[in-house]
Order: sequence, then C-alpha cells, then structure tokens
Amino acid sequence: MKLYLKYFSIHLKSQMQYKTSFLFLTLGNFCMQFSTFLGVYFMFNIFNEVDGFTYSQVLLCFAVVIMAFSFAEMLGRGFDQLPRMLANGEFDRALVRPRSVIFQVVASRVHFVRLGATLQAAVVFFWAIPNSGVVWAWDKILTLCFMVICGSLIFYTLFLMQASFAFITTEGLDFMNILTYGGRDHGRYPFSIYGKEVLRFLTYIIPLALFQYYPLLYLLGKEQSVFYMLTPFLGLLFLIPGYVFFRFGLSRYKSTGS
Amino acid sequence: MKTYLAIFRIRFIHGVQYRIVVFSRLFTGFLWGMMMVLAYLAFYRANPTNFPMELSQLVSYMWMQQVLLILFSVVFTDNEIESSVENGSIAYELVRPADLYGRWFSRACASRVAFTVFSLPMLIVVLLLPEPYGMSLPPDIFQFMMFLPSVILALGVTVSFTMLMYVTMFYTISFGGVYVMVIAATAFFTGAVVPFPFLPPPVRTVLEVLPFAAMQNMPLRIYSGNIAGTDALRGIVFQIFWLVLLIAAGKLLMHRALKKVIVQGG
Repeated sequence: MKLYLKYFSIHLKSQMQYKTSFLFLTLGNFCMQFSTFLGVYFMFNIFNEVDGFTYSQVLLCFAVVIMAFSFAEMLGRGFDQLPRMLANGEFDRALVRPRSVIFQVVASRVHFVRLGATLQAAVVFFWAIPNSGVVWAWDKILTLCFMVICGSLIFYTLFLMQASFAFITTEGLDFMNILTYGGRDHGRYPFSIYGKEVLRFLTYIIPLALFQYYPLLYLLGKEQSVFYMLTPFLGLLFLIPGYVFFRFGLSRYKSTGS
Repeated sequence: MKTYLAIFRIRFIHGVQYRIVVFSRLFTGFLWGMMMVLAYLAFYRANPTNFPMELSQLVSYMWMQQVLLILFSVVFTDNEIESSVENGSIAYELVRPADLYGRWFSRACASRVAFTVFSLPMLIVVLLLPEPYGMSLPPDIFQFMMFLPSVILALGVTVSFTMLMYVTMFYTISFGGVYVMVIAATAFFTGAVVPFPFLPPPVRTVLEVLPFAAMQNMPLRIYSGNIAGTDALRGIVFQIFWLVLLIAAGKLLMHRALKKVIVQGG
C-alpha cells in the first residue's frame, strides 16, 4: 500500500510536469462527459419521466455511475498497458519481481485526467442530492457511498478482465467496451428502462445493476427492504470470477520474447 | 486523381487486415445500438405524444448511425499521419510530387471506408429484427437516391474538418489535447449524442447552420425520412456548401502552415 502511494505520487508529479497539457486533457475529459449529460438534459426537456424515474432521480443515478467509473478508470487504466507489456516482453520482467503482478500492472499508470469526470459527477451530485426528493437519513447516505465504492470496484474488475483477454489474443479487443464504456454511458439511466432481459443480464451475469438499479430503488424509497441497500456488496462477488479469469490468463501466458 | 485512388486502395487494403478487430467492433456496435434503441423505446412508452420523430424513423436513425459510425467519426486516428509530424518523416511526404492535402484526404477517407465496409453485414441483421426494434427501409426510392450522395458528402465534410485538425498539428505537434476537445465538441454538435429533432428549437436553429450539421445529421435523417422531398435537396446543397468551404479553408491553411513548417529532426 505504501509502495502504491509512492507510485501514485510519482505519477502525479510526472503528469503535473506538463501543466497546460494536463489541464486541457482534464477539461476535455470533463467536456466529453458533459455531452452525455447534455443528452440526458435535453431528453428530459421533452419527457417528464422514464419508467417512473424523474429527471433528478435519473441524475442521481447518472452521477453515481460516472463517479464510480471515473475512480475505476483513474486507478485501473494501468491495465491498458498490459497488451503493450505483453507484446514488448516487459511483462517477463514483471513476473520475476517480488511483488504481485496485478500491482505492477496497475501501478504502471494512473490517469489523473479522469478527475475531469469525477468533477462532473460531483457537480451533478451537488444539484441532484437536494432536488431528488430523498430524505437524507444516515441509511440513505450510506447507500449512496456503497453504490459509488462497490461500483468502482466492479468497473475495476471489468478493466482487469478486459486486460486478461490480452493473454489469449495479445491484441486488445474492444467487445469488452460494451461493458465498461457501455456500462458507463447506458448506465446514465436506471437499467430497468432497457427491459427485463437486459436487467436480468446485468443482475446475474455482469452485476452492474446491483450497484446501480437496486440500491437506487432503496434510495428513492421505492423499496423498503434493507436487502436492496446491501445489493452493492452482492455485486462484489463478481471480483472472484474476475480474479479467476486473470489467473487463468496468466497460466496460459507464453512470453513473446523481446 | 489516379494517385489519390491508388493511395485510397493501399489504405483500404491496410484497413481490411484487422478482421478480428473489425468483427469484435461489429458485435460491440450491434449491442450498443440495441441499448440505444431500448432507451428511446422507454422514453417513447413514457410519453408517445411528446416524441419528436416517428418511432420507426428514430430506430432507423439509430441503427444507421451504428453501421456508419466510423465513416462519420471526426477523430479516427491515423498513426502514420500523426507520427510523420512528430518524428519528422513529413519531410519525405513533402518532397513527393503530389499535393499533401489531397493525399491525406484520400488516406483519411480510405481508412474510414475500409472499416465501414465490414459493418455492412450488420445492416442485414438489423433489417431483419422484428418491430419495433428493427431498422426500416427508406420510405421511398427518392429518399434512398438522396441518401447515397448525402453519405458521400457527409464523409467529405467530416474528413475536411479532420484535415483542419491535422493542420493544427503543424503548430502544436502534440494532439492529445486537441483530439479530446474535438471529440467532446463534435459528439454533441453533429447529433451523435441526441438527434437534432430532440433538441429545443433555439439550440436547433444554431446547430443547423454549423458545418457539423452537414455531417452525419443529414444522411441519417434523409434515410429515416425525417428530412424529405425538397428539404432533402436543400440539405444536400447545404452539404456541398460546407464541403467546398472547408476544403478551401483547409488547403489555404495547410499551404500557409507548410511555408513555415519546421521539420523535427532525426
């Protein structure tokens, strides 16, 4: 952990070397997310509600997903480096070092520019939290925290799985993007609006709905059972197959030489 | 012209090499489109009377957008062009006896077309999908005849805008920042995030005169039948106008940039 913080500060320092570039990229990240927000905004300009959710309630959901994703992306984009590390043989070096492989891959890159999206989520929260009509008792506040934290972890696992595919194909494939970027972009609306089949898939196979839809129901008082509050933790079970898949990929690893 | 066609062909064959990548993109595109359609259907169910387009038009718009996604992407990275500025091999490009603008233009068109050709099988699938999920054919043959030139013009406008972006590289050398900003701006202005009919009238009036409206907005709405008859013809004239203007601006700016260009050594 201490070592990770060390890496963290080094990455921060190195990215701060080019302040203008950093600012631009962060701003760009903010703007890119902003166009998604505009999409939601203009849709609710015409429609009052979708599937029983009002504008401010959807925004709450939007902000949770963006924030969870931006944390995961900031810390987990080191996984993007894996295909490159595999191709140029750098990964062999990682294997002989006395630290966990995942740690070394993750620590190879921290994307601070994703803070642009985090900032966006914070702004949306700032607006949506008082306007959503939720009475913010401690249980609701906790639920919101669970949603963001468990959401990040689930997205993080998805990044890990996406990278693990590189063991098999050496080339990164983008069909996983539908789960990562798709999860973020389509997750701006509660997953129930996409119909039963999609919701079921996102509950039992890829548990994105477990941190987004079900706890949202509890948050908005549509469901009273505490079970709904704790569903994000159920989603964390997804970490197990994610890790197993990574180990499986690792076991199949053949060096490409250098 | 022959030179440009040859460049187009080389680039096209190059793009076709990565078949698995293309298939995986096809699959992703299909699922992505499906999610978009499902979301709009949910809004439609919530309040059908407020829906500003006919449902079938919107669904066709969404699918065609997915199929032609790459064709109309403003930023579709071409590493060779970028690195030629970064590492100085642009010098070789400059001594070749063909106009640089034309060559880059045809390259950029070719790589987009190459990727798009592989998305075309998706058309069959989405045309066969049941109501209301599937894409419908254009309302009549006239719309379809208008759609074809409109697609080509939209590609031209998109690429000529990309060329302007390339020209800025001569000044900045690094593109990360420019790219991100351009992606962010164009996503909204071209109607990629929300189709124009869904925007409130004041916003729409402004966006509809910008060059971005001459990109994917026009062919997609002509195909779906949202812009029909003489409006479609007017749309095509509008596209030609921006195409000519953007190419002229691009050539002029590139000419000026090349006079001053300092080649990175190495």
